[in-house]
Amino acid sequence: MSEFTEDQLQRYSRHIILPEVGGKGQKKLLNAKVFIIGAGGLGCPVGYYLAAAGVGTIAMIDNDEVELSNLQRQIAHSVKTLGKPKVESAKNTFESLNPDVNVIALKQRISKDNIMDLIKDYDVVVDGSDNFPTRYLVNDACVMAGKPLVSGAILRFEGQVTTIIPGEGHCYRCLFEEMPPAGLVPSCQEAGVLGVLPGVVGGLQATEVLKLILGKGDVLKNELLIYNALKTTFRKVKVPKNPDCPVCGSNPTIKKLLDYDAEYCTMQ
Amino acid sequence: MAEDIKADKKINIKGLVCPYTFVKAKLAVEDMEVGQVLEILLDYEEALRSIPKSMEDHGQKVLKVEKINDTDWILVIRKEKE
Repeated sequence: MSEFTEDQLQRYSRHIILPEVGGKGQKKLLNAKVFIIGAGGLGCPVGYYLAAAGVGTIAMIDNDEVELSNLQRQIAHSVKTLGKPKVESAKNTFESLNPDVNVIALKQRISKDNIMDLIKDYDVVVDGSDNFPTRYLVNDACVMAGKPLVSGAILRFEGQVTTIIPGEGHCYRCLFEEMPPAGLVPSCQEAGVLGVLPGVVGGLQATEVLKLILGKGDVLKNELLIYNALKTTFRKVKVPKNPDCPVCGSNPTIKKLLDYDAEYCTMQ
Repeated sequence: MAEDIKADKKINIKGLVCPYTFVKAKLAVEDMEVGQVLEILLDYEEALRSIPKSMEDHGQKVLKVEKINDTDWILVIRKEKE
C-alpha cells in the first residue's frame, strides 16, 4: 500500500485505522465511481461526504442554477455561485475539499434517452431527485442496468432512504408500483422542508454508498428507513421483493424505459 | 534486537507520532501474508502502548516490545489474519 502519498496517509488516516476500511478499503474508495442524480438538498451532502471520503470519481447531473432559496439546505452552493449551474458550484466545492476527487459536472436533464449511457460506467447510483418521474426513471434504469441504487427522499420533516440491489432485493416499484397522481404528493416547493433534513438523509445515503463500495456491513436492502425529524424517530419498514413487480418481477411488463414525464402529467 | 525471530519486513517510523505510527504499521501489515513477521523501529513512546493494543484489537499477534537504546524501540508483530 506504499502507493499512498504522505498527504493521503494524513487525509485518510481515520479510515485506514478502521479494520473495516484499512488501506485496501481506502483504495477501493479511491477507485470507485458514483453517479449522483441531482445537485440539490440530497446531492450536496451525499457528494460532499463522498468527496471527503475519497471516492475517486463522482458524477453529478442537474440542469438547474443556484438560487438564493436553495442555500437554506443545499450546502455545496454559496452566495458566490448564485446563478451558476449547480453542478459547477458543487464541483468547485467538492474539489476544493479533496483534490483527489474527479467531479464530473453534467448540466443537463436526465432522461430515458441518456440515462443508460450515462450510468453504465459507474459502480453505484444515488437518487437525490425531487420528483416522481425522475425517481421512477432512475429506478427502472438501475434495475435494467443491474446498478445498485441508493434512493432518498425528503419532505417537510420526514425523510426516507432505501437501497436497491437489482437481482437481490426489492426495487422502488416493489414498494410503490405506480407513481402517485400528479398533485397528490406536494413538492418541497409547495410544502417546505427543514433545511437540515437533507443533511441527515443525505448522510445516510452516503453511508450506504460507502458500505456498498467497501463490501462491509448491511445496507437497506428489502427495507425502507423512515426518519421523522420532528419526533426524532427512525423506523425501518420491511419491503419484500414483489415477484409480480412490473420491472424487477419474474415476468416484467416494463422492459424498456417509459416516457415518465408524459405519464405523470396525464395522471392528474 | 529480535535475533531469535526473523522479520519478513522492517519499517522505520521514527519521527512519526500517533495516529500515523499505527497507520504506517497497519498498512505494512496489510501488504504482508498471514504468518509473516513485521519489525517496527520507532521512537514515539506512546505508540509502544497504542500500536500493540490496536494490533491485537485487529487480531494480530505482538511478539516483542524491546527498548534498543535511549530513544528507540522495536516492536515485532506477526500477522494472524487478513
